[in-house]
Amino acid sequence: MQVSVDEDKCCGAGTCVLLLPEVFDQREDDGIVVLLEQRPDARQHTLVREAASVCPAGAITVHEDA
Amino acid sequence: MTRSETEQLPRFPFEADAALAPPAEWAEFRDRCPVGRVRLASGDEAALITRYQDVRSVLSDPRFTRPTPADDAARVADTESGGVFNSEMAEVLPQHGPAHLHWRRTIGKWFTAKRMNALRPGIAAMAGQLVDEMVAGGAPGDLKAGLAFPLPVWVICDMLGVPDTDRDRFAVWSDVMLSMTRYTQAEFDDAQAEFGRYLRGHLAAKRAEPGEDLLSALIAETGPDGEPWSDAMLSATGIGLLIAGHETTANMIAKMVAMLLADRSRWEQLLADPALVRTAVEEALRLDANAGVGMQRYLTEDYEVEGTVLPSGTTAMCSMAAANRDERAFTDPAEMDLRRSPNPHLAFGAGAHACLGQPLARTELQVTLEVLLRKLPTLTLAVPESGLRRIEGLAVGGLQELPVRW
Repeated sequence: MQVSVDEDKCCGAGTCVLLLPEVFDQREDDGIVVLLEQRPDARQHTLVREAASVCPAGAITVHEDA
Repeated sequence: MTRSETEQLPRFPFEADAALAPPAEWAEFRDRCPVGRVRLASGDEAALITRYQDVRSVLSDPRFTRPTPADDAARVADTESGGVFNSEMAEVLPQHGPAHLHWRRTIGKWFTAKRMNALRPGIAAMAGQLVDEMVAGGAPGDLKAGLAFPLPVWVICDMLGVPDTDRDRFAVWSDVMLSMTRYTQAEFDDAQAEFGRYLRGHLAAKRAEPGEDLLSALIAETGPDGEPWSDAMLSATGIGLLIAGHETTANMIAKMVAMLLADRSRWEQLLADPALVRTAVEEALRLDANAGVGMQRYLTEDYEVEGTVLPSGTTAMCSMAAANRDERAFTDPAEMDLRRSPNPHLAFGAGAHACLGQPLARTELQVTLEVLLRKLPTLTLAVPESGLRRIEGLAVGGLQELPVRW
């Protein structure tokens, strides 16, 4: 699985960080998303998918490995 | 359309019979009339959007925002000026474009997940104190008045550096300013003026002696033009945070607890597995049957929804609460599933204008629930569910009181 984030779309709601702080963080100065792990561990995949689906701005994209 | 034709339209928000059940019109509009014509409390006409995908699309469309007073938009409220959303606050705060982005991101750093986690112990202590006071008053008690209503004001006052002794006045101003029908225009104007005076004094005090609070930090900030924020901007930000964060969260705490106690097997499920608190909070947000009017969007271009072209100049009312029960988006949407995950509900809106305070609201709801489960595991409703009474006339709906025993 590969994850990407769109900083321009991000509205800083922090939903992803509350769900999975090991993969997502927020910039200190404006709360915009910071991706910590482009290729998260398999144990985190469920929560990564959840973070993408509940992101209010649709700023997280998950690419599943074929 | 003439005034008399508009008067024939269904009035929105719809009225529901039961406190925790949705109005029947939501399902009817979703099924038969996904873009419906309705009459608002002001008498003005709006287009009502009720399906999940449509609500999400309209709210996420960067072209459209909440109407500004300059737009010839439908007004929500029946006071002369149309309530707080048509007030000076809406005029001073940038609603779109780079200025909105700058404002939002400057405030955004106060609402990061890290800050929220740092606030948790303080919120838990405040909730614990309020629960203890309610218990000391003896059963039955009103959980709305005792816990749900004061807690978010305490939290916001803390963030704004407002002394504990002024919290009660904040709660009253917030209540009046958010009302659509319960107060007169004069009462609304008085509350707004009084609150404005208080904030100007508070800002002067913070300029003289800065604290660790949000307003002290904003005083030291500069806008996109390099100039310090004006007092009008600072006041509007304070008012905005109070009215956005108080009544909404207060009512949601009470509605959430009511939903969980109305079928007590839900409460018992949480007692048995407190790790469900997070998903239970999301599910309560999704199922909120009394969420108020929803979000307004003023269409500045023609826009097609479900084959209907809404002409430029239309005021669209997006009912997130109706969308959250759309079977096109959720399995068994009427069921309260405390484990539902993912739960991409729209209670906080969507897109660039999604609720800025949502991480704070989530934190307050989660902490309140954790504190209640720990301190009052025997909590039950003190009246039958049918005895719960709705409170109407607010941009956010709720319960008049939540009588409980423990």
